[in-house]
Amino acid sequence: MSMKELGVVGRNVGQRDLESHARGQTTYYEDVHYPRMLHLKMHRSAEPHANIVKVDTRKAAASPGVVCVLTHEDLPGKKVWNGLAAVGVGPEDEPVLAFDKVRWRGEPIVAVIAETPEAARAGAAKVEVEYDPLPGVFDVEEAISGSAPALTAHWPHNHYIYPDDHAASQIRFGDVEKGFAEADHIVEDKYQTSPIEQAPMETNGCIAKPGGDGRITVHTNTQAVHFARDNTAAILGLAPGKLRFLGGTVGGGFGGKVDVAVEPISVLAAMRTGRPVKFKYTREEEMQVSSTRSAWRLYIKDGVMNDGRIVARKITSYQDSGAYLRFSSYGSMKHAGHMPGPYTMPNVWVDARVVFTNRPPSSAMRGFGVMAASFAIELQMDKVAKTIGMDPWQLRLLNAYRNGDMRAHRKVNEDAAMVETIQAAARLAGHELPAEYQAMTSWDRKAS
Amino acid sequence: MAKVRGTGFAAVNYPTGMHLGGDPTQSLIHMTPAGDFVCTMASVDLGQGLRTVLAQIAAETLGVPYESIVVETADTDTGPHCTGTFASRTTHRAGNAVVMAAAEARKAMLEVAGELLEASPEDLETDGAGNIHIKGVAEKSVSVGEVAGAAHFGYGKTIAGRGAYLKPPSPMDPETGECDPDSTQAHACTVVEVEVDTETGVVEVIDMKSVYEVGQQVNPDLVKGQIVGGSWMGIGHALYETTAPGYPAIDPAPVDFQNYLQPGAAEMPEVACEVLEYPAESGPYGGKGVGEMVTNGPIPAIVNAINNALDVRITQIPVTPEVVLRALDEKRAQAEG
Repeated sequence: MSMKELGVVGRNVGQRDLESHARGQTTYYEDVHYPRMLHLKMHRSAEPHANIVKVDTRKAAASPGVVCVLTHEDLPGKKVWNGLAAVGVGPEDEPVLAFDKVRWRGEPIVAVIAETPEAARAGAAKVEVEYDPLPGVFDVEEAISGSAPALTAHWPHNHYIYPDDHAASQIRFGDVEKGFAEADHIVEDKYQTSPIEQAPMETNGCIAKPGGDGRITVHTNTQAVHFARDNTAAILGLAPGKLRFLGGTVGGGFGGKVDVAVEPISVLAAMRTGRPVKFKYTREEEMQVSSTRSAWRLYIKDGVMNDGRIVARKITSYQDSGAYLRFSSYGSMKHAGHMPGPYTMPNVWVDARVVFTNRPPSSAMRGFGVMAASFAIELQMDKVAKTIGMDPWQLRLLNAYRNGDMRAHRKVNEDAAMVETIQAAARLAGHELPAEYQAMTSWDRKAS
Repeated sequence: MAKVRGTGFAAVNYPTGMHLGGDPTQSLIHMTPAGDFVCTMASVDLGQGLRTVLAQIAAETLGVPYESIVVETADTDTGPHCTGTFASRTTHRAGNAVVMAAAEARKAMLEVAGELLEASPEDLETDGAGNIHIKGVAEKSVSVGEVAGAAHFGYGKTIAGRGAYLKPPSPMDPETGECDPDSTQAHACTVVEVEVDTETGVVEVIDMKSVYEVGQQVNPDLVKGQIVGGSWMGIGHALYETTAPGYPAIDPAPVDFQNYLQPGAAEMPEVACEVLEYPAESGPYGGKGVGEMVTNGPIPAIVNAINNALDVRITQIPVTPEVVLRALDEKRAQAEG
């Protein structure tokens, strides 16, 4: 369908809520106010790895304004969970509230609910936890070396286990070793990204409000209302119909608001107190408690011909999941499925591993699994170009996938215009391409 | 010591929709007695303009004015299921569900209009301005408002539609990775010029130019908004941002924007972008997703530009002044052999 046949699709009609956002008139979850609303503050682990010897909540419960204190013993349903359990991801590994052990600094242990945010904060500070510290492991390669302590019984070697007992999300296409043997050059490097905060203006939060009809309405800034509702119901052992999840406009997501981090405990607190309960992450919690983008380490080895064709690419990557799984196995599969980037290669080998460490759990962020892949691949492409003395634009155009090509995950490429995009960028940047490179097209590999 | 410049670029692709599919979104559309439409979704607007884009798609399919569409979002009591707003999926998944719901509502609307105009619904067309007329006979016309009134008060009919879009789930073979991961791929190529101060290690992004290929754009200004915002986020990722500056050590641990640095307005270069439109077979009116890919080009392009400027090989982010200075030290040490 060409643009000419379209009416309002393709037109700049303005963003309809832009003025409302700019004037501060948009309603966010926090703009909802209820009388007698309580505030929840979490007491969190001070240790990255320790056995919990004793939790004493007596002083917290007696603190002025404190209405209710919740520990793992108060959980009516699941003690451990994973958001993707309903679609078969598991085993469920993350405590809703820590019980025997803590595995990262910041792990929730006791929820304190009070009349004011200040009283909740003061009460949470009075929770006393006695720890028996354990050695921690923070580096992904150290974690799986065999000499590190196992974080949980679920993952005895500190890495996620994929179906058929695979240690990695794999791609096996062609024969990379044969490709390396035939190649004129071998180009290798190591790449590292960092944990990054989604940094929304509005931090994670919700208000759980009991209704007179036995239902609870949750005003939340989740990126996925049904997902959050169904997971909350599953964690608490409630019929999902008891819950109504209500969003609105969210003040920035970027993947940082899909963890169902605040709703289950707030609903439980509302059920226990019969009053509205608000749980809002501080900026400190948003940065050091809420899932960050995972840090990734990648090793890439390419076999390259003198004419620039990349004939083999082998990638081993380690995704730092932190202490628990969350959505990391999904991210790793997306990462593996993205390889070897927008290029066609006859031989591709990928092992994408999810590794557990005593770091804060990581999870989704804008471009989950793909950002780190694109970062490493595009730095690698420059190294390949430099190694063989080829123009990096020409190297990418030569290897760019065409429609009809078989990709490494064995799907035939379609709808792709990588070649045209690179050519247009070269024009925009004033980089001259030889005639045969200008003549290339995504629809015909022979055109040049 | 000097300020040196370099250029770098990166070419990236990005999948539309959740990896391996299986991520449904549904839509319900109904006409009010006044002749406007409510499109009810459970999808969440994160500020990117989902309500605008879905209203445009609904108006396009219904053939009625954009202004007559209300998009209601994010209520599990009233909104049909949406997997969520992520994975560059909403324009594609929710958009396709809206096309389907709007097509069904349009059919019901034309049936009532056909009764009023004593014509077969197949012989009718909409003018996009609130009227329905017999093809080729503009004066044989009825307004959408009149159709609404007749449907509600004359015929006792609903003018409504249901839509559901699902890319069926594809398993990923655990041995080979064989799968059908995506609905389509969008593409981008970003070119960056940087200036690096070899004394302080500070990197400044001087210029950023990008070409994007995102299928048919539903709203070009909103696409550009993603590209410009993503350029800013990409600069942050490439040069400043980490929650663990001593990674993999957990300390120091920044907890505020004094210690977790992001680019400010002064760090933002002019961002030029050009958008190519190659419609996607599976997309609503040919649309692909653009939401997530917009940091993926800028980050490697910036690091490639730094390496080009300094003739070093930095392979980590963020490229802080310390990383730059260490790379220069290493280069100097190697030169001195």
